[in-house]
Amino acid sequence: MISAIIRTAMVSLRRDRGALALSFILPVVFFSIFAVIFGGRGEVTPKVKVLVVDEDHTRTSQQLVKGLQQEGSLVVKTRPEPVKGVEQPEYTATTGEAAVKAGAAPVAIVIPHGFGENPISFGPANAGRPTIQLLEDTSDMIAPQVVSGMLQKVAMTAMPDVMAEQGSRYFDQYAGGLTPEQRERIDTGLRNLREREANGTVSNSSSNGSGGIIAVTSRAVVGEHKNNRMISFYAAAIGVMFLLFTASGAAGALLDEAESGTLDRVLSSHVTMTTLMLGKLVYNSMLAFLQLVVMFLWGWAVFKLDFWSHIPGFVIMGVCTAFAVAAFGLLLASVCRTRAQLGALSTLVILIMSSIGGSMFPRFLMPDAMQKAGLLTINAWAIDGFTKIFWRDEPITNLWPQVLFLLAVGTALFLIARRLARRWEFS
Amino acid sequence: MSALAIPPSPLPLRVDALVKSFGHVTAVDGISLELRSGECLGLLGPNGAGKSTLIRSIVGRVIPDSGSIKVFGAPADSTAARNTLGWIPQELALYPRLSCRENLQSFGRYHGLSGAPLNQAVDRCLAWSTLTDRANDLVKDLSGGMKRRLNMAAGLVHQPKLVLMDEPTVGVDPQSRNHIFEMIEKLRDQGMSLIYTTHYMEEAERLCDRIAIVDHGHVIALGTNADLVQNAFGSRSEVLARFAQNDDRVAPWVAQHGGKTVDGTAQFTIDRPTQITVLLEDASKAGLELLDVSLRKPNLESVFLHLTGRELRD
Repeated sequence: MISAIIRTAMVSLRRDRGALALSFILPVVFFSIFAVIFGGRGEVTPKVKVLVVDEDHTRTSQQLVKGLQQEGSLVVKTRPEPVKGVEQPEYTATTGEAAVKAGAAPVAIVIPHGFGENPISFGPANAGRPTIQLLEDTSDMIAPQVVSGMLQKVAMTAMPDVMAEQGSRYFDQYAGGLTPEQRERIDTGLRNLREREANGTVSNSSSNGSGGIIAVTSRAVVGEHKNNRMISFYAAAIGVMFLLFTASGAAGALLDEAESGTLDRVLSSHVTMTTLMLGKLVYNSMLAFLQLVVMFLWGWAVFKLDFWSHIPGFVIMGVCTAFAVAAFGLLLASVCRTRAQLGALSTLVILIMSSIGGSMFPRFLMPDAMQKAGLLTINAWAIDGFTKIFWRDEPITNLWPQVLFLLAVGTALFLIARRLARRWEFS
Repeated sequence: MSALAIPPSPLPLRVDALVKSFGHVTAVDGISLELRSGECLGLLGPNGAGKSTLIRSIVGRVIPDSGSIKVFGAPADSTAARNTLGWIPQELALYPRLSCRENLQSFGRYHGLSGAPLNQAVDRCLAWSTLTDRANDLVKDLSGGMKRRLNMAAGLVHQPKLVLMDEPTVGVDPQSRNHIFEMIEKLRDQGMSLIYTTHYMEEAERLCDRIAIVDHGHVIALGTNADLVQNAFGSRSEVLARFAQNDDRVAPWVAQHGGKTVDGTAQFTIDRPTQITVLLEDASKAGLELLDVSLRKPNLESVFLHLTGRELRD
């Protein structure tokens, strides 16, 4: 008897492609995505992008910059990418800060004038000494920490002569002075060290000097006045994912109507298939926009999200996102034959899109290739747009790439859905 | 002085040599028919005979392979045809989460109605389907019969002149069926032109002026109920007989005497009532014990059986 029940269930499962996909394909796909992101396979581990501003231009500061550039886990930029083949000037403290605000990198290091005079943060004379500044985008909680640690490591490993010289100077100052012989030996040692460094024989693989060898001060340049850190990010990220689910569910009404015969009746009236689908598109867009409004209002009411001062940007991004997800939902519905099929397919596609598009965890955590793949999703562009508004306080004119992408994708998806819906038009 | 010739008003419906195939299956195979003004034409045939495909072609939901359909002189898929056509599909084509009134309002709007005319049309349809007191109830909460009535009302909200009813009584209890018959009879009384498809002979006999018997995509007979019976049987009658035996002797004996065995009942066509005596004597001689015997006038069921060799509900 039990075997009969098992047999019946197995036959049913075999014929339910949606359930099969959810049972076997989705877990494997998800496992792979998470493994790639967090498993650190080979060269796919993400590198931290950092802007370096050298205002000191001393041998010490150049050594530090060179040491940072040699770190495999960092991508160091000292100047913006060339524009039309014309090399751009090096970052200054001002342009570096602006670049971080614009999202060019999550952190910038500013090596100030006078750093080379006194790079080590040892002793009581720290006050008033020029210190390195980290300009941080706090929406990326990891990059500033990584850069801060790497900075200390590089200070230890890339500037051994500076360390030794500074150390002996402190010793001389606080230990009652060196004898001429002692000073001569130290100077000889420093010369040898500099020669070895010039010959490239100084190891750069010593342990992480995370004890705060050089003084660093951090300043948040994005979100510095915000007390909601990741709230705006997750309002957009989670919002878009659920918008996609709602849109596909709402578009599924088309399948219900086809199944019940209501669609036939509607199409026998003055309503054409194009009119019907446009009506559904507008309705589903309105529904999605309303969902976003509720989501962000909740964020404002409960998590102190700064909603009211970003209304124009929110409306622009909300409308474009709602349009794109509504068209996406209609496409899914027009691809499927039944509600059950739609349920399975939408779960599969939306969860994959959401994971690589940044709805589940920020895209900056992902390897480069996956970050690029994420750009194929509605999630990534929508989240980027909302982040520009709510996190970076960028002007709405800066939203044009996101607006253009979402409108173009929405239009294309709707046209494909309309084409597929021809199967309902006539027998 | 010659009188101006008045062009004849176009027929509500004219179908000429209509053909529609789905893959290898020809659902409609050269059907031609006309519907006269104010007439109720029944399409009688078993499931799969092609009735629904014919109706869906008329309403513009199926594109025929060949042939033509004119609704009051206009092509079936034209706006003019849509304005004059009302379609009551076999399925309950309603929005389950909307109320009766909201459903009728929706379908009215789809047909271009709005404002006061829409509200009047909705009220009229609610009254016709005797659902006025349930106007604000959701469709999903209605009984099966009420849903059927609302389904019919939704096809008439835009006041069509020609109504196509595709088996509107499917799945309803006898009481609700009578209710629906009364609604249809009201339409007939108002002079509306109707096409009524069914595989229930009784419905066709009660409601239809003329009946087209459809089988395998063909109209195999067309006429009034009386014409169809007369043409198939003339003045002959049918004898129905059941025997105590249920073995291999019965069927050959029935066939030998020109009859057919349907559901264990032997059916014979006789020219004169006196032929019954002969049949009974032969049965006795063959050793068949008679349980009961009856004489009946042929009906549409008999006509269908006579023409196709199959029962209407096969």
